[in-house]
Amino acid sequence: MSAYPEHLDVEAVRADFPALARTVRNDKPLVYLDSGATSQKPVQVLDAERSCYELHNGAAHRGTHLLGEEATDVYEGARAKVAAFLGAGAGEIVFTKNATEAINLVAYALSGPGRLQVRPGDEILITEMEHHANLVPWQQLCERTGATLRWLTVTPEGRLDLDHLDSMITGRTRMVAVTHQSNVTGTIPPVADIARAAHEKGALVLADAAQSVPHQPVDVAALGVDFLAFSAHKMLGPYGIGVLFGQAELLEAMPPFLTGGSMIEVVRMEGSTFLPPPQRFEPGVPAVAQAAGLAAAVDYLNALGMGHVAAHEESLTAHALDGLREINGVRILGPDTTKDRGGAVSFEVEGVHPHDVGQVLDELGIAVRTGHHCAWPLHRALGVQASTRASFYVYNTHDEVDALADGIRYAQRFFGAG
Amino acid sequence: MQLESMYQDIILDHYRNPHHKGLRDPFDAEVHHVNPVCGDEVTLRITLKDVGGEAVVEDVSYDSLGCSISQASASVMSDLVIGKPVGEAMTISQAFLELMQSKGEGEPDEGVLEDAVAFAGVSKYPARIKCALLGWMAWKDATARAMEGTQ
Repeated sequence: MSAYPEHLDVEAVRADFPALARTVRNDKPLVYLDSGATSQKPVQVLDAERSCYELHNGAAHRGTHLLGEEATDVYEGARAKVAAFLGAGAGEIVFTKNATEAINLVAYALSGPGRLQVRPGDEILITEMEHHANLVPWQQLCERTGATLRWLTVTPEGRLDLDHLDSMITGRTRMVAVTHQSNVTGTIPPVADIARAAHEKGALVLADAAQSVPHQPVDVAALGVDFLAFSAHKMLGPYGIGVLFGQAELLEAMPPFLTGGSMIEVVRMEGSTFLPPPQRFEPGVPAVAQAAGLAAAVDYLNALGMGHVAAHEESLTAHALDGLREINGVRILGPDTTKDRGGAVSFEVEGVHPHDVGQVLDELGIAVRTGHHCAWPLHRALGVQASTRASFYVYNTHDEVDALADGIRYAQRFFGAG
Repeated sequence: MQLESMYQDIILDHYRNPHHKGLRDPFDAEVHHVNPVCGDEVTLRITLKDVGGEAVVEDVSYDSLGCSISQASASVMSDLVIGKPVGEAMTISQAFLELMQSKGEGEPDEGVLEDAVAFAGVSKYPARIKCALLGWMAWKDATARAMEGTQ
């Protein structure tokens, strides 16, 4: 039973997405099953970005002219909208380039001066399930500081192995960084429980929410995390803008990451002082049009209702799990029910390499991701070199899920497998 | 469907029954190359011999994990370069690289590339060119290292 009522007019949604009307190879209609990589954009988002350039194109936070003031309003309005979407305060929202930069911002802040500074002998805890974006920055932090990187492993079913959570979080653990939804297996780890355990030991918690914020209701207070990172382009918004949520008192204690204009208070040749958050972390002319696009994406998702979005994806995921399970020679990576599982379905096809599966599907107009999906250690842990991933969003239909299953069977026949 | 233009029978045959596969001793150089996008990998060894003052490819052995294109390409490559003087094998390698960069417009010389002409269709798919080149790039690297070792 779904936690949310399904109420999403998919045909009306699809009409808002110009890309879904195009044809692809062999004049086939596009079946876009790669929203985990990047989502398509509705016309409302495109219009918001365009209108920002047409009407309000001035550099925000500088100048004394009307266009600059309007740009500032657009930018700060977007910040307030994102904050409300997450149940955060506006001052707790930092705009970055993407989720990757947001995580790097935190990792660099923790190696800079201040009370949060990580020292030799400290520990950082991550998981084998992470996307490289929530893995490599922590490896690098440990290299810079002499801290030790530890990680939670995954079970064969693709869940986090939490049996040793209490012993893995120690008095030396400074940060627990964990995905809120795996981009490979769709697994949704119990982030709130992990956060509680981490806080009991005095550790900070960061959630990589790149795959959760677009797909389910997310409330930072309910999750209890200190930091949360995601990208606009995976949630119907533009490229080039991402979000870092950080608890106000933590952002206040953090040194800047990227430095330059816009983030300074006073600059003298001998040294500089910096603005309070969030401006401290936003050097250079802000990406106002992208922020306008992100705000429009938030409006769009709010209008659909994030509960409805989650229910729609749950229904597609259940359908996909059922459909793929029926195909001989297909092995689904990760949980085989929709419980605590989002809409990324990765799988292996016995006897057909993922690249070849992807190529055949592309020939049929079906766009999927192939490879290790920037989660190489997770693939190793699950005993596969690479996989094929279908990922769903608000505009996908049950017919498209059937097309995927038919396409996999076609690939098996083409390569004489299955 | 254009699938057949990429997956020619020659490619599928080499994929199912790769030639010269498996690592062999002795060897003069060994390299390990990876396609970071998909994780495909190849470990490749080369043995050279001196024939009248000219370096000749005596053996190429390899172990690899990857898609049909990368597996078949390594197999075809080993057929083409084993027994050839290094200079001539490098010319073939260059011809194959040019074919892969031809965006489907190349007119490969079958006299030079033999079975490798079957990969012409791959050059239309930018995402797959690296697959086709993985074994060749490993061979080129291993050969360069082996040549350094002999000097």
